[in-house]
Amino acid sequence: MAATPNVIIDPVTRIEGHLRIQAHAVPDGMGGGTITDPGLSASTMVRGLEKILQGRDPRDAWAFTQRICGVCTVVHGLTSVRAVEHAIGIKVSKNADYIRNMMIGAQYVHDHVMHFYHLHALDWVDVVSAMKANPTRTAALARINNGTYKPNNGALPNAAYFQTVLNKLNNLVSRGQLGLFANGYWGHSAYKLSPEENLLLVSHYLEALAWAREVVKLHSVFGGKDPHPNLVVGGMPCTLSSNTGTVNDEKGGTSLNTEGLATIKTAVTRMKAFVDQVYLPDVILVAKRYKEWANFGATAGNFLCYGEFPDPALVKREFTDGAIDYPAGYIIPQGVIWADAPTTLTPFDEKMVTENVAHAWYLGSDTGEHPSVGETELYYDGPLPDQGRNPDGTSKYMLDENARYSWIKSPRYDDQPMEVGPLAHILTMHARGGTANAQPTDKLVRKYVQQLWINPTAQGGLGLTFTQLNSTLGRIFCRVLETKIIADQIAGRAADTAAGTAAYAGWYQLYYNNKAGAYWNPNTFTRLQQPNLWPVQVGFGFTEAPRGALGHWVKLNRVSGLIDNYQCVVASQWNAGPRDLVGVPGPYEEALRGHVLANLKQPLEVLRTIHSFDPCIGCAVHIVDPDGKPLVQVDVNHGVCSTTRVSDMRCAS
Amino acid sequence: MSTDLPSRSDHSHMQADSSDGVTFDEATVERLLQLGISRRRFMSYCAGLASLLALPQSMVPRLAQAATSTTLPSVVYMSFQECTGCLESMVNSFAFSGGTTIENLILNMISLDYQETLMAAAGDQAEERLLSVTDQSDYVLVVDGSIPARWDSGYFISGERSGVARFRDAAKNAALIVAVGTCASFGGLPKADPNPTDALSIGDLMADLGISKPLINISGCPPIPEVITGVILYYLSQGMPTLDSLRRPTVFYGDTVHEDCYRKESFEEGPLAWAFDDANSRKGKCLYMLGCKGPVTHNACSRIRWNQGTSFPMMSGHGCIGCSEPDFWDRPNRRNEKGFYIPIAAGSGHTRGLPCNTCHDDIGGDDD
Ligand code: SF4
Ligand code: SF4
Repeated sequence: MAATPNVIIDPVTRIEGHLRIQAHAVPDGMGGGTITDPGLSASTMVRGLEKILQGRDPRDAWAFTQRICGVCTVVHGLTSVRAVEHAIGIKVSKNADYIRNMMIGAQYVHDHVMHFYHLHALDWVDVVSAMKANPTRTAALARINNGTYKPNNGALPNAAYFQTVLNKLNNLVSRGQLGLFANGYWGHSAYKLSPEENLLLVSHYLEALAWAREVVKLHSVFGGKDPHPNLVVGGMPCTLSSNTGTVNDEKGGTSLNTEGLATIKTAVTRMKAFVDQVYLPDVILVAKRYKEWANFGATAGNFLCYGEFPDPALVKREFTDGAIDYPAGYIIPQGVIWADAPTTLTPFDEKMVTENVAHAWYLGSDTGEHPSVGETELYYDGPLPDQGRNPDGTSKYMLDENARYSWIKSPRYDDQPMEVGPLAHILTMHARGGTANAQPTDKLVRKYVQQLWINPTAQGGLGLTFTQLNSTLGRIFCRVLETKIIADQIAGRAADTAAGTAAYAGWYQLYYNNKAGAYWNPNTFTRLQQPNLWPVQVGFGFTEAPRGALGHWVKLNRVSGLIDNYQCVVASQWNAGPRDLVGVPGPYEEALRGHVLANLKQPLEVLRTIHSFDPCIGCAVHIVDPDGKPLVQVDVNHGVCSTTRVSDMRCAS
Repeated sequence: MSTDLPSRSDHSHMQADSSDGVTFDEATVERLLQLGISRRRFMSYCAGLASLLALPQSMVPRLAQAATSTTLPSVVYMSFQECTGCLESMVNSFAFSGGTTIENLILNMISLDYQETLMAAAGDQAEERLLSVTDQSDYVLVVDGSIPARWDSGYFISGERSGVARFRDAAKNAALIVAVGTCASFGGLPKADPNPTDALSIGDLMADLGISKPLINISGCPPIPEVITGVILYYLSQGMPTLDSLRRPTVFYGDTVHEDCYRKESFEEGPLAWAFDDANSRKGKCLYMLGCKGPVTHNACSRIRWNQGTSFPMMSGHGCIGCSEPDFWDRPNRRNEKGFYIPIAAGSGHTRGLPCNTCHDDIGGDDD
């Protein structure tokens, strides 16, 4: 057994879901230390969603899977819709693909911006230091860093604007009510930004909240609400309004009227503007101050993408052809990158995906099975909660890397742990950019990686190497870079002679031109009653979610037409999963190796790397029980307490 | 019932009219100055809020006071078996044009003292924070997600404590408990058949633990953002709102979404939409045959609309899935079948003179 963990973060905050991190740092004698072995990443919440899906109408599955996560709200729903469409052999219209692309794309832009400002920024930005900023100098900095961004009632921010932000912070402090900002690691020696840089980023933290609210209106027009917009198997439920004017009792109509289309256009324009004017320059500013973070947080170097953003223009005959059938035209390629050849894209084979439960709280295969046959049942045998602490302050609740320790299963591809997400996206695009099948977006990726990351500082770059992209900082950089690529893909972009790419109208405009076309395949619901026409035994649906490769497998019953088995292998599961049977750690765990901590009681450095993956733990946890067997009676008998009903908690303390 | 509630289009009218004739006390005015918010903007915000909450305009000064008090009411927001959709929704909250946003709410109107997804503190520092704020009294405890009934099941553990213990300890000194979302209000998704983790709603868990505290359920999957922040502000300025039998504020949940749906005429008289994207869909005809649960679903979607009035499910062409009702995941419809695309049995709901099966637990039978 490895050394007792002395770095514990539980709960890990500023993520989606519930996560515990344990690691052991070799103490340096001055309160800090170095993590020399992989850490331990444990999800501590389970709901049992796949179990709930058995026996349901396949048309309903999207609504269930959407609630896997309210942050990645669109992608789980769409993956399910695609899995069912694949299972029953239904193709969708061009418009459906354009709209789905825009909805997934808007999800990327929204999530990535909010991740940077609201979940990750406070790891790099010291709010207390911001309070010492000089507002005049901050305004000067804003002019250099975000010269075209005008949040100040349409004007550039001036000293008075930043003074207002300062006042808000001062108010919190003078009241002694720091709210969300209380108990941060403020003043930690690892914070490097100047007070003015801190204040600038705090102001963008607030601005981004207002911006996000506008962006999700795209989901609302197409899907009726956000979070959890509505979708439908066979296309999209929204349709062009017969009434271009206001929707009302008399004239009827739908959200896709003149006003709704304008709302989408505004959202698209704002997305692009905020990424160009604020998010991208802010990431570069932070990267310049924290360059050493390109040396920490590397995973084993294997990357996986299922592929996303099919090109609807490839559809020749609607409902016969489908854009999803043309992986060659995906913006983010489908494929695998292995550590020994980081610039080579190799083909992806869905059959090589397995899951094992060697270190997860399930009964099932320790060695790994394909998701379509995997069989697992909830089986908690971890330590009991609520036992308080030892007299010396150490935890009584400690997870053991040699036992089961997480509600996340370990997915493997060709028996290897894979990193998924923005870094994988950029690497696969970069790799394809070097082949005959290079897409315009690949060429742009290569241009920006060279210009912003590799070029020496004298030329305005960060002066880092391509290999260093596999790092904490690299992940943050790749996230903003793909956000820019996608925002431009939606809104359109001008020709770029340096990259060698032509102008592109963008998905919004292409959809707009075709808006009178079809939205839904009218054969869908009848096809569900014709199992003899279903092409496959198990439907596979995938998306490339903002956090990475997301796959759903659905097996339908050919007599009842209902769901026999449902299985999701999701992005954060790849990244946050535990060790496998042979003890190979998952990406989060591997990435912690080598971290140097200034203060073991304030493990800011660990948080930086974990947050760089953008954990989404609700997504990562699920169970399956294909035979519909009753769940195992979980009988935890640790000799501490034999009664288990909540009513017994009244006296426990 | 709230049939006299102003419709959505009335809001702007009331906002514009009501900036006269209301006086704020001195402290409020001074606070506004400090915060750099113009009196007029603030006024229109409060008026909009009052009309949303169906309050008489004479209540506006009290709302204003609550919204500008120097010691901010403490709100502790805890998450259990949830998907973060409820929080994501609340973050989208924006009262009315020129009005307060979530940014202002967080910075100026409440002190959001614990919220794992947004707070700076992590790990031990976050736990310390939770313990110190819940050691005080009179905070509002907001909860999203259901909680597994058995504390030792391992299905929910955070900060080395079970969901049951975490909730019990945080509830101890709370003045009010607000269950946000259908998971917390009624068990929601985790409790859907066969409820693999033995998930409980907050109300059921409180009963099990013998906790008797005021509880408000703000159901919806997720709830409308303005409803979440609106109810919290209502409580802080006016006290307990009137609740229905499921402990939901009647001001938002008194009517079904069908009542305010612009497609209602074709529900009564036809024609209906029979397929997505058909001619009647484009005309905005009733989605009853496509499974709309509007007539049995109590919520304000069709009145307030989503994302600052942008749209709501039926306006974007999909039927209501019933997400603010208990056990909506397992609702039996025609031929007793579950499903979002199976039409509700005829006679269900507040329509055609028949009793509402949600209010009266009178689930309709077979009609074909
Ligand atoms: S009520 Fe819906 S949105 Fe809220 S946590 Fe539950 S599943 Fe998510
Ligand atoms: S059944 Fe649905 S679509 Fe039809 S009028 Fe009622 S709420 Fe609107």
